[in-house]
Amino acid sequence: MPAFTPPPLPSDDKRWKIVNGTMRKNGFARHALIETLHTAQSAFGFLDDDAIRFVAKSLRVPLSQAYGVVTFYHYFSLKPPGKHTMTICTGTACYIKGTDKLVAAAEKRLGIPQGQTTKDGKISLMTARCVGACGRAPVVLTDGELQGQMIGEHMIEQLERWAVE
Amino acid sequence: MTLEELDQIAESVRAENAKFDHEINVCMGTGCLSQHSDKLRDALTTAVSASGKRAFVRRTGCMGLCAAGPLVLVDPEETLYQHVKADNAEAVVNSLGGQPVASLQCDLREHFDQQVHVVLENSGHIDPEKIDDYIARDGYRALLTAITDMTPNGVVHQITASGLRGRGGGGYPTGLKWGTVAKATGDLKYVICNGDEGDPGAFMDRSVLESDPQRVIEGMAIAAYAVGASKGYIYVRAEYPLAVARLTAALRDARRRGLLGNNIGNTAFNFDVEIRLGAGAFVCGEETALIASIEGKRGTPRPRPPYPAVSGLWGRPTLINNVETFANIAPIIRNGGKWFASMGSARSKGTKVFALTGKITNTGLVEVPMGIKLREIIEVIGGGVPDGHTFKAVQTGGPSGGCLPAEMLDIGVSYDALVAVGSIMGSGGMIVMDDTSCMVNVARFFIEFCMTESCGKCIPCRAGTAQMHTLLTRICDGSGTMADLELLVDLCATVKETSLCGLGQTAPNPVLSTLRYFKNEYIEHIVHKRCPAGVCNIAGATAAIEAPEEVLA
Repeated sequence: MPAFTPPPLPSDDKRWKIVNGTMRKNGFARHALIETLHTAQSAFGFLDDDAIRFVAKSLRVPLSQAYGVVTFYHYFSLKPPGKHTMTICTGTACYIKGTDKLVAAAEKRLGIPQGQTTKDGKISLMTARCVGACGRAPVVLTDGELQGQMIGEHMIEQLERWAVE
Repeated sequence: MTLEELDQIAESVRAENAKFDHEINVCMGTGCLSQHSDKLRDALTTAVSASGKRAFVRRTGCMGLCAAGPLVLVDPEETLYQHVKADNAEAVVNSLGGQPVASLQCDLREHFDQQVHVVLENSGHIDPEKIDDYIARDGYRALLTAITDMTPNGVVHQITASGLRGRGGGGYPTGLKWGTVAKATGDLKYVICNGDEGDPGAFMDRSVLESDPQRVIEGMAIAAYAVGASKGYIYVRAEYPLAVARLTAALRDARRRGLLGNNIGNTAFNFDVEIRLGAGAFVCGEETALIASIEGKRGTPRPRPPYPAVSGLWGRPTLINNVETFANIAPIIRNGGKWFASMGSARSKGTKVFALTGKITNTGLVEVPMGIKLREIIEVIGGGVPDGHTFKAVQTGGPSGGCLPAEMLDIGVSYDALVAVGSIMGSGGMIVMDDTSCMVNVARFFIEFCMTESCGKCIPCRAGTAQMHTLLTRICDGSGTMADLELLVDLCATVKETSLCGLGQTAPNPVLSTLRYFKNEYIEHIVHKRCPAGVCNIAGATAAIEAPEEVLA
């Protein structure tokens, strides 16, 4: 079998080198697919077609399988995130403490359903299946930073601050 | 690394600590960190150096009582402070050696007195990123004793004698599982630690990994020695960044100390561990799905047998245990299986960590001996339901479990007792609900969860949960009929009996248990078009609570 040469990087964007680094660390093994996608998503913020194609080709995984993995796992996103992200935890403990009201209030304020980004690209509204901080429910993540015992007013204030930035 | 060298490290840590009169332990688990305990630690360090007192500020893992965070524990006085802010740092430091600061003191004797800490023995006492702290508390003694003085068979025997059962929820006897993998033929075997804590409302594994990661690694290494494996994987949720960071640091330190790698303890035993990140799929908690995910595929389960013990990761014999199971291993080897078996109830030995959340005063992490009454956990340790509301139900086992009413609070917590009353032990989530929760809505919440998390491989689960969700939505919005209820019960049986994996087989449990104990709420929704808890938005019947008596009758 001829030696495998990985495809060239899609562009000179330095972030591709980080992605390539993860694959090299794993010896371009097929089972490194999820690891590599994690790296790609943390480098670019989301996974676009170029990223999925590049990773699939480099790891010699069928494109269909790579796409299947990306869409199977909730953590991977095919859409670019907004400038800021409000993630509301909808785990059981948060649900019991009334997280549905937080989601409804945020949806109303932003005029978008959960899982989407405002038209100006400023704010993404996401929900999470438990971030494991149930002792402080209800919990939201403002740009990844955990805030416990959240009340609607505080969350809306944060959204207002982001909106006028 | 040998036992003597371990002793030396432990001795030097103790000598270092003896230079100080006081140890100020600051909880830096996720819960307290979200309340800026990192700033508090900096403030305490500044205050200590300004005061000139011989005190030492330590970052620790979770102390359990998340409701009262940020927490600070001052040793050797064992004074626990709650809700400590950076502004309070000076007061805390000034009080050292004198009277504690009364306004900050947390006096919850009843919360702590009932607990027995085995898995959490080091949580809140050691710095999770310092391997020497762990070694000073007898860490890695069990591993080195096992590989130098015990045969693999002897290790399996101790685990069997301990009566330890899988803490991930299934309750399969751990010794039996280890024995099967040990007997399986193959030159290459794997050990996997399941840290894919997908159950919403549970955070035991997260806390253990954040507070005492070395303990899990030691447990895995002992398991690897017992079953003859040389490679391990820890599968952790990507949603737990702090746990991943601490685990990465812990693995690096263990390798540096020669406790992972080749020729551990100058023996022929080789073992190393890699971290694999989950990507947000509840079904990956199921062992065959988890294996598929480590192989870089979609996390879909496959039929068993063959069990992973015979043919698992890349077709090799694989041992899979939960984080908490591995955390129990080192103390069992240190103290013997009999010691462990002396705790707990007849068929459920040892202790169990529960994540106590929901409508309860003392939310947080508790570790109790098996067999303890639910009532004690909720009313004594948990401090009961706050704000003058009344207890309605406790949900155990997450989306696979059930809701138990007040009448059931006097059962002892064990695998078998919980199954007998229609719930399960699960991984240890315990969510308390009060009279403001509608049980039909709760059932719908869990079915919605299972519906979105179903991997889609088998039809009963994929289509069944969706249909159940439709029926429950109808009941919740007031358009349900008694025929819908019948159909729902029928569907529950089908999904339960014909699904491929645990997710589908247990998905109906929340519906079945709420139907068993709270059927009147379903009837209220269907017949009287009202939601007793006032949660569901029933069109045209919003005023049901104020409706005249004859309508309700």
